[in-house]
Amino acid sequence: MPFEPTPERAKEIEEILSRYPLKQAACLPLLHLCQEQEGWCSEEVIDFVARRLELPTAHVVGVVTFYTLFNQKPVGKHQIWVCRTLPCALRGGEDLLHHCEHRLGIHDGETTPDGLITLRSAECLASCATAPMMQVDKAYHENLTPEGLDEILTKLGANLR
Amino acid sequence: MLQPQKIISRNYDLPESWTLATFEKAGGYQAIRKALQMEPAKIIDEMKAANVRGRGGAGFPMGVKWSFMRPHPTKPAYLVVNADEGEPGTHKDRTIMEKDPHSLIEGCMIASYAIGAHVAYIYVRDELHLAKQRLWDAIHEARAKGYLGQRPFGAKDYPLEVYVQTGGGAYICGEETALLNSLEGKRGEPRFKPPFPAQVGAFGCPTTVNNVESIASAGPVLLLGGAEFSKLSRLHALNDGGSRLYGVNGHVDTPGTWEFNCGPTINELLEQAGGVSKGRKVKAVIPGGSSTPVLLPHEIFHMPDEKSPMHEWHGKSVYDVPMGVDTMRVAGSMLGTCCLTVIAEGTCMVRVALNLARFYRHESCGQCTPCREGTGWILRIFEKMERGEGTLRELDEVAEIASGIVGNTICAFGEGAAGPALTFVKKFRKEFEAHIEAKGCPYKGSIL
Ligand SMILES: Cc1cc2nc3c(=O)[nH]c(=O)nc-3n(C[C@H](O)[C@H](O)[C@H](O)COP(=O)(O)O)c2cc1C
Ligand code: SF4
Ligand code: FES
Repeated sequence: MPFEPTPERAKEIEEILSRYPLKQAACLPLLHLCQEQEGWCSEEVIDFVARRLELPTAHVVGVVTFYTLFNQKPVGKHQIWVCRTLPCALRGGEDLLHHCEHRLGIHDGETTPDGLITLRSAECLASCATAPMMQVDKAYHENLTPEGLDEILTKLGANLR
Repeated sequence: MLQPQKIISRNYDLPESWTLATFEKAGGYQAIRKALQMEPAKIIDEMKAANVRGRGGAGFPMGVKWSFMRPHPTKPAYLVVNADEGEPGTHKDRTIMEKDPHSLIEGCMIASYAIGAHVAYIYVRDELHLAKQRLWDAIHEARAKGYLGQRPFGAKDYPLEVYVQTGGGAYICGEETALLNSLEGKRGEPRFKPPFPAQVGAFGCPTTVNNVESIASAGPVLLLGGAEFSKLSRLHALNDGGSRLYGVNGHVDTPGTWEFNCGPTINELLEQAGGVSKGRKVKAVIPGGSSTPVLLPHEIFHMPDEKSPMHEWHGKSVYDVPMGVDTMRVAGSMLGTCCLTVIAEGTCMVRVALNLARFYRHESCGQCTPCREGTGWILRIFEKMERGEGTLRELDEVAEIASGIVGNTICAFGEGAAGPALTFVKKFRKEFEAHIEAKGCPYKGSIL
């Protein structure tokens, strides 16, 4: 089935296109928009974006594979990124990541079997003065402790180990 | 004690500081009104006099950069704001976008008018969702009031638009030509320079790329006057002017982001951040993001030339020298983004080096063989060191790999990866050797 954006998104696409002198510039914004609807950049999403922007499919594939935030396979309902770059690591970021892995019973990059959470490590998220930190979907959680982390995971509905 | 400054951060503590109402009550959108009455060349003169050294890391004077823009017979000009803030240890631009987005919009308007652009794109890394939302809200508010649009303030026939563009999660897109490719909807691979963006930038048109904080300084510069702004700095004599944001993170008691007149010392910033945590001693400081080589407290600032304006700090600890573009270069590092990462005694420096080597290996865009392969080799060597499987020969190879990268790549990422790696090995060689000898980490209880 070809990808179809929702009516609101179709309108937003028009608005996005009006910002640039060149359609191609809408490539990243459109991929984000479609990924938000679909959860990942499926073949259908890539095909849709390529047609809409009159780009070769290979160009869009090249873009999707270059950027870490475009999912090349389906992900969980919620996505968690734990920052483990030096400033966070100096304040326990690595331990936090391991704590997450342990609690969820999955490794960095994996999704819980119930499809609820995809866990990933992240590089510096510009939040080093409130380290350690993680991003859950669109929200930052800063100055984290293991207890605070458990609370966040529980709120997401995770089965903690 | 450092005296906090409130110019860039003037509105941070006001209620709902991100709204147009608060911004205007505090005198916002007056600088652009003034700008629209000025000749663009005069605005650029004020920026030059202000000595705003690029706040994105390289320290290029903003006014000089603007003066490179020449009207093109057929092509439009663009302003592109670098809001990719991804340099490890950097957390300052985010505060402007989240707490005072209108000051950035006003700066975009001033800069666009001065360089002859009608459209500005603010390229924000995707993860900063709150910053993007606040910027869009600010743009919509400003447009609804008629500040942005066909006739800004109903006064001048100079259409101005500002848009937010979203990145895709790649550190390299902070490099200005990679950013331009990404803005154009391509893979974020850096371009060869020349041509520079002022000649061939966004969509093949003349473009100025500046950092968020640089652009947010434009309003205050016009209101204060360029020369007055510059004189605030301790390093005014070195053409390093004004005030700017400083951050401290890592092993300190109260990490944070503050504004000071340019030129605080590392020791003053350490004090500002409550000192090293748990009463420990400082072991090392990364002065301005992970691409700037690490400095140790016992290192001495060397400027024997009595005629140099930097001579007054000759013989002092590098931690007691005002931080500026030139002083940090003389100290053997770089000013970078003015956000410090503090590392306390008791930290294994092999692990520190390994953490950053992993980052650079992961973020290399892969276009240049020396960078793509070299960052991988350095990572492998550091991994082996950490596991206790390293050899002295491999330790010496780091220098060879680093010199193979520096000067042989398309963009400055290569140097930013190689320089610090080499510096860790040079300045902490004993720790690397101890790992080789002990066949593993000899520092039990390292706090990393
Ligand atoms: C690898 C790399 C990453 C960079 N990341 C950023 C960044 O996140 N933000 C930024 O403003 N400048 C960054 N820069 C510097 C930009 O290339 C450019 O110099 C800067 O945006 C110019 O603005 P300024 O003169 O106002 O500082 C980076 C440079 C390199 C080589
Ligand atoms: S130096 Fe590295 S990051 Fe820069 S263009 Fe070359 S491979 Fe890409
Ligand atoms: S290192 Fe984690 S936010 Fe910067």
